[in-house]
Amino acid sequence: MSATGIGAAVRRKEDFRFITGQGQYTDDVVRPGETRAVFVRSPHAHANIKSIDVSAAKAMPGVIDVLTGAQLATDKIGNLICGWMIHSKDGTPMKMAPHPALAASKVNCVGDAVAVVIAETVGQGKDAAEKVKVEYEVLSAVVDPAKAQAKGAPQIHPDIANNTIYQWHLGDAKATEAAFANAKHVTKLDIVNNRLVPNAMEPRAALAEYDAGTDNLTLWNTSQNPHVARLVIAAFVGMAPEHKLRVIAPDVGGGFGSKIFIYPEEVVCLWAARKLRRPVKWTSDRSEAFLTDAHGRDHITHAELALDGNGKILALRAKTIANLGAYMSTFSSSVPTYLYATLLSGQYDIPQIYCEVDAVYTNTAPVDAYRGAGRPEATFVVERLVEVAARQLNLEPAELRRRNFVKSFPHQTPVIMAYDAGDYNASMKKAMEMADVKGFAKRKREAARHGKLRGLGFSAYIEACGIAPSQAVGSLGAGVGLWESAEVRVNPTGSVEVLTGCHAHGQGHETTFAQLVSERLGIPFDSVSIVHGDTDKVQFGMGTYGSRSGAVGMSAIVKALDKIEAKAKKVAAFMLEAAEGDIEFKDGKFTVAGTDKSAAFGEVALNAYIAHKFTGAELEPGLKETSFYDPTNFTFPAGCHICEIEIDIETGKSEIVNWTAVDDFGTVINPMIVEGQVHGGIAQGVGQALMEGAVYSAEGQLVSGSFMDYTMPRAHDLPSFHVGLTETKAPSNPLGIKGCGEAGAIASPAAVINAITDAIGTEELAMPATANAVWAALQRATPRQAA
Amino acid sequence: MYNFTFHRPTTVRQAAGLLARNPDAKLLAGGHSLIPVMKQRLASPAALVDLGLVEGIVGVELKGRSVSIGAMTRHADVANSPVLKEVMPALASVPGSIGDPQVRNRGTIGGSIANNDPNADYPAACLGLGATIITNKRRIAADDFFTGMFSTALEEGEIIVRVSFPVAKKAGYEKFKHPASGFALVGVFVSKRGPDIRVAVTGAGANGVFRVPSFEEALKKRFSPKSIEGLTIPASGMNADIHASAEYRAHLVGVLARRALVKATA
Ligand SMILES: Cc1cc2nc3c(=O)[nH]c(=O)nc-3n(C[C@H](O)[C@H](O)[C@H](O)COP(=O)(O)OP(=O)(O)OC[C@H]3O[C@@H](n4cnc5c(N)ncnc54)[C@H](O)[C@@H]3O)c2cc1C
Repeated sequence: MSATGIGAAVRRKEDFRFITGQGQYTDDVVRPGETRAVFVRSPHAHANIKSIDVSAAKAMPGVIDVLTGAQLATDKIGNLICGWMIHSKDGTPMKMAPHPALAASKVNCVGDAVAVVIAETVGQGKDAAEKVKVEYEVLSAVVDPAKAQAKGAPQIHPDIANNTIYQWHLGDAKATEAAFANAKHVTKLDIVNNRLVPNAMEPRAALAEYDAGTDNLTLWNTSQNPHVARLVIAAFVGMAPEHKLRVIAPDVGGGFGSKIFIYPEEVVCLWAARKLRRPVKWTSDRSEAFLTDAHGRDHITHAELALDGNGKILALRAKTIANLGAYMSTFSSSVPTYLYATLLSGQYDIPQIYCEVDAVYTNTAPVDAYRGAGRPEATFVVERLVEVAARQLNLEPAELRRRNFVKSFPHQTPVIMAYDAGDYNASMKKAMEMADVKGFAKRKREAARHGKLRGLGFSAYIEACGIAPSQAVGSLGAGVGLWESAEVRVNPTGSVEVLTGCHAHGQGHETTFAQLVSERLGIPFDSVSIVHGDTDKVQFGMGTYGSRSGAVGMSAIVKALDKIEAKAKKVAAFMLEAAEGDIEFKDGKFTVAGTDKSAAFGEVALNAYIAHKFTGAELEPGLKETSFYDPTNFTFPAGCHICEIEIDIETGKSEIVNWTAVDDFGTVINPMIVEGQVHGGIAQGVGQALMEGAVYSAEGQLVSGSFMDYTMPRAHDLPSFHVGLTETKAPSNPLGIKGCGEAGAIASPAAVINAITDAIGTEELAMPATANAVWAALQRATPRQAA
Repeated sequence: MYNFTFHRPTTVRQAAGLLARNPDAKLLAGGHSLIPVMKQRLASPAALVDLGLVEGIVGVELKGRSVSIGAMTRHADVANSPVLKEVMPALASVPGSIGDPQVRNRGTIGGSIANNDPNADYPAACLGLGATIITNKRRIAADDFFTGMFSTALEEGEIIVRVSFPVAKKAGYEKFKHPASGFALVGVFVSKRGPDIRVAVTGAGANGVFRVPSFEEALKKRFSPKSIEGLTIPASGMNADIHASAEYRAHLVGVLARRALVKATA
């Protein structure tokens, strides 16, 4: 391994500019004549708009214009869409209600935008926004998805009965029922997967500029996938033809899924910029972010696990209600279906699985993918069921898992996924050693002497990443293919630019992708730069989410590098006056087999461009190759996390005293970055388990609408993590990468709740398990004694 | 934020004059309560009178058997005061538990008690030590100063100049942090100065900081955690929100009082 090649813990190239405040985020981009957009948002969760009077606002100082949804409709700006079709059990398509970028006749959640002020400054815009008079007829609201389905619930969108978007299912209902009928033991759980606010460090932003000379529109935005944004805004919103719209997502400060989606604000900025012939910028403030970023999770589930007399799992069934909020966000429909139910087999050989999912509108912010997207919800169901079943059967939780692990590959689950490689017991075994599970009983007794309860919780998670084979997702309803593109441009001096359709917003692609290229071409790491996030530079790409950039994006680079090598060999053959078949390439050097003739990569690059050694008829000059890579399967990262927790009996406050994570991510490009991803993921999962929760009042007001009420995990809430790796290569891509971006967030909530419930001796504990919640549960429970 | 005019007087008298002439004016101390609400456009003072340059209202001083703290003394300077750490470390621990370094380096004792946030820490110390709040007009006993959520005995245009804390031999503060904000979900300050025993609670009460006479009575026999073992206070009158129920807050009052007593008697 070279010091900067695959497997090396190279320091992140991008951090210098981030740490020294020189990142260029959307809000840092300033265009001549720039104006600011300030949105007028609904204070009501559900109301008819009787009238909007903008006259007073228009007369305010610095105001250029005030625009409303009626004008948006007149200008034929289309609605936002959800791009993944789901069909109900009865074959009917999902019911997607119109989502205009500015509400014209009705608002469906607090924060719904009804008008926009375009002003010279933000301050002037805010002053004017207060002068927009909106007359509302307030309707009763519903925030609980189960209540939204009930008879007599407020009707959110016309013609959508029971506010139900779809009633979907997966698996064999009859066979599952039969398996349950034969079970010796059934474990049942009611689970709420709490709603989360993403809270990326950089709030969303958009800056739009219109060039009247060329009729071109440019949008700078905080996007995880600028090409998809361009496609949707061009083809569905109808803002401009695709070739007349350029989308640039510069440095982006965190996304966690929330920046995949196409939002009303960017549409409105584009529209206003063209209408008013001035650049229009909007930067969300934190309060707007709480109200309008797509939230995550929010499932209500009843789940059951059937086992035989030997602790062998026979079947699993689950019924889930998923809250999708007031409108269907871009990929919202896929999250509680194909990203969720397909993972309900966990790491286990489960003969029958049946899952039903109802997706429901409520008067809350839209819900869509958030770090892990569906897979954390599935893992929580499976790992809670397994842990509780073990307790009920008086089996060691590890033993029950071991008896049921999938042990031979490939393994076809009953819920679509075909696991291709893994060694689940290896991860659990290593995690148990690292966590000193053997010494736990002693530590528990010790803790009891200090008035503390101790618990140990496992989470043996699996996820499907590297999203995904286009044909597969197409057959499941996706409106797009999920391949990735790469273009490798070798400069005459031998330095290299790689254009990728992935987008980095914290993942460190500028480092890891350069590691790959440096190793493959044998050139210095610093001679490689990675270009992404601009639709004028990169031809097309699908962006970054679902831990796909390594498995899919880097595979595309590998394929392009293969082509570069092949072309360079041709050039070298002319230079070295040898047959192409005799040229070998290693460590950045082209040699002729059996001779001492050689040419360095840089010399070959130069020759490719000066083209003195060959005619145009023999070989095209230049050294630039493109590749589109479509994977053959999902990848299946898996592992085992063990959480050890201590609880103050008097206050219910829990403290994580030990965290062990052993993950199988396949090939690891940069172990330092991977470890960082694991740390961040665990922190997010611990946040969900112990602290975070978006709470709406019955009237639809977001009670936890600021950091004063929405608890984010802080450094001091977390211990030093013990992180280890096991490795089975992913067979579905040339590098053997599985992906690591979401694992921590997927694994950790179940580990935390399993640990706390182990300590307190009751399974009735909802997330977030705050001190108050744990204390209240303790009042009803008898804590387990140390063995 | 709305526009406002900004004044920087150098004496308390000038500051009082500015307040009198500008009925919509507000005092500005560390700005860590006032500025956030102005940024959210929830407060719109026409003028700010900044106390930052006012002389003679900064510093921690031992005066006989009292510690006098100037209104504009930053939380960090109180927490790190060598005098205070020597004579009454329990009081120094109160601002030490506030917020983060930025907040502690800007926020002031005068601003904190004038604001009287129901979850703020200083009010518990003031009430728990029987402090005297000294304004440009008068001296107000802590028992009379805190009159309810975000309300105090301060009159229009009245300026806190300093706070005087009697030195208690035995004192302790125990805070259970609000998970999101880091303020006191519940905080209990206990002290004993001769026969004067005080147990003051912040965070828990629906009306702000309060004393617990039943605990104080029980502690008269012996100032020890054992004396209030098993004692609780009723949940009625406690605050309830998404972070903690009234029952839980009432329960924490007992737990934290005992822990504060452990510190006070260590
Ligand atoms: C992130 C964050 C975390 C925090 N955490 C905590 C915490 O854990 N515990 C806690 O107790 N507090 C906390 N605070 C509040 C902090 O302590 C504030 O600084 C304090 O409450 C107000 O003091 P200030 O000097 O900033 O006052 P300002 O914000 O300047 O003023 C507050 C109010 O007091 C008035 N005022 C100021 N000085 C005087 C005076 N001398 N006489 C009369 N009226 C006056 C002002 O007019 C204003 O109405 C936190 C604040 C933030 C932003």
